[in-house]
Amino acid sequence: MPEREEPVRIVAYPNGPLLVRGPVEIVGPDGAPLPRRRRTVALCRCGKSTIKPYCDGTHKVIGFVTEPEEPAED
Amino acid sequence: MPAQLLEDAAVQQRPMAPPTPRGPAGEAVLAALTDPAAEAGVVAAVDEALAATPDVLLDEDLQLALFCLYELHFGGIEGVAEDLEWSPELNAARIRIERPFEAAIRAAVPMPERPASTSAGDVAATLFALTSADSGPSLSRWLARKATLEQAREFLVQRSIYTLKEADPHSWGIPRLTGRAKAALVEIQSDEYGGGRPGRVHSSIYARTLRSLGLDDAYGAYIDLVPAVTLTSVNMMSLFAINRRLRGALVGHLAAYEMTSAVPSRLYGNGFRRLGFGEETTWYFDEHVEADAVHEQIAARDLAGGLVEGEPALLDDVLFGAAASLTVDGWPAAHMLERWGAGASSLRSPLPDAGSTDA
Ligand code: FES
Ligand SMILES: [Fe+2]
Ligand SMILES: [Fe+2]
Repeated sequence: MPEREEPVRIVAYPNGPLLVRGPVEIVGPDGAPLPRRRRTVALCRCGKSTIKPYCDGTHKVIGFVTEPEEPAED
Repeated sequence: MPAQLLEDAAVQQRPMAPPTPRGPAGEAVLAALTDPAAEAGVVAAVDEALAATPDVLLDEDLQLALFCLYELHFGGIEGVAEDLEWSPELNAARIRIERPFEAAIRAAVPMPERPASTSAGDVAATLFALTSADSGPSLSRWLARKATLEQAREFLVQRSIYTLKEADPHSWGIPRLTGRAKAALVEIQSDEYGGGRPGRVHSSIYARTLRSLGLDDAYGAYIDLVPAVTLTSVNMMSLFAINRRLRGALVGHLAAYEMTSAVPSRLYGNGFRRLGFGEETTWYFDEHVEADAVHEQIAARDLAGGLVEGEPALLDDVLFGAAASLTVDGWPAAHMLERWGAGASSLRSPLPDAGSTDA
């Protein structure tokens, strides 16, 4: 076995959320765990989700982009 | 969701009750399902119906006949011998309908522009552009703002034909994919099937939604009430599922489906909340707001993008499957909006006992 324990992995999807896989605890400021309803979760990084800290797809509605924009032409 | 909602077991479905045929092709298929002597006549009856139909896509008789032929490969039909799944005559009849059906879908679906390359990232970007450009009729906004209780119940009935076997067509893709695309499909399907928790299987959660509005949660309970257009979109998934050749379309279909689900699901949930229903009813929709925001990323990039990166020859079929989902799965929605806008029922005959619910 090359590795016994898989590290937590966060994948940053372009123009979208961060997908988190692996044994990570997601807690509130008081340390109490937030509901984790599935193995792989998507964390909102556009700031506009209605179910934060999870993504609800709103980033597409607001045109959230993570990629640097092309320099303006003129 | 509240803990007590999680403890319940999954719904155990049984083979569906045989539907009522809608014409000669369906009569021949249904007869053959219980009478071996009738098997020999099925292909001829199907050929005649195909020759006579002006439009196989919306033909009530042929779409129901095809639905029954597919159901032999899915949950089965009550009272039908299980070895008929591989009856040469019934499979020949299915293929006879499938060929013009597939050709008609391809003719009806506009193909999107190809991505700049077959890299996973470019394929995903093309799919995101395609699915967000889809303005489509907004059934979810109608549900959120306007739908009456009767229309909300009809909506659940129309959706029940697929949703009580949600995710099953796409599971046919698993043995037909490899590598990154296979891992992505299994990750999505595992979530669809509750991640090992029977009470969280999406089709079981949907069954609770149906029951909470006083509706029957048995698979196919409302088959005789739904119009051809609803059967057409379910049959298209089965077509993509059963034929390995169409695995690219199956993957594209799932990707587009996942990519157009999270935001509408919130509006559907809002509609049922507006009508006074609680979490027991809206859990299914609330679950899809969160789940499909995860699934769409995996489906676009790792599943569809990963498949095309590994098998570039499948690019066009992936795009076709995605476009077909947007077009063909939009037809039942357009049908409901059109009928409701005219003050009519979207079903072939209105639901019995409308209004007797336990909201
Ligand atoms: S990143 Fe998806 S809603 Fe914010
Ligand atoms: Fe689902
Ligand atoms: Fe999903």
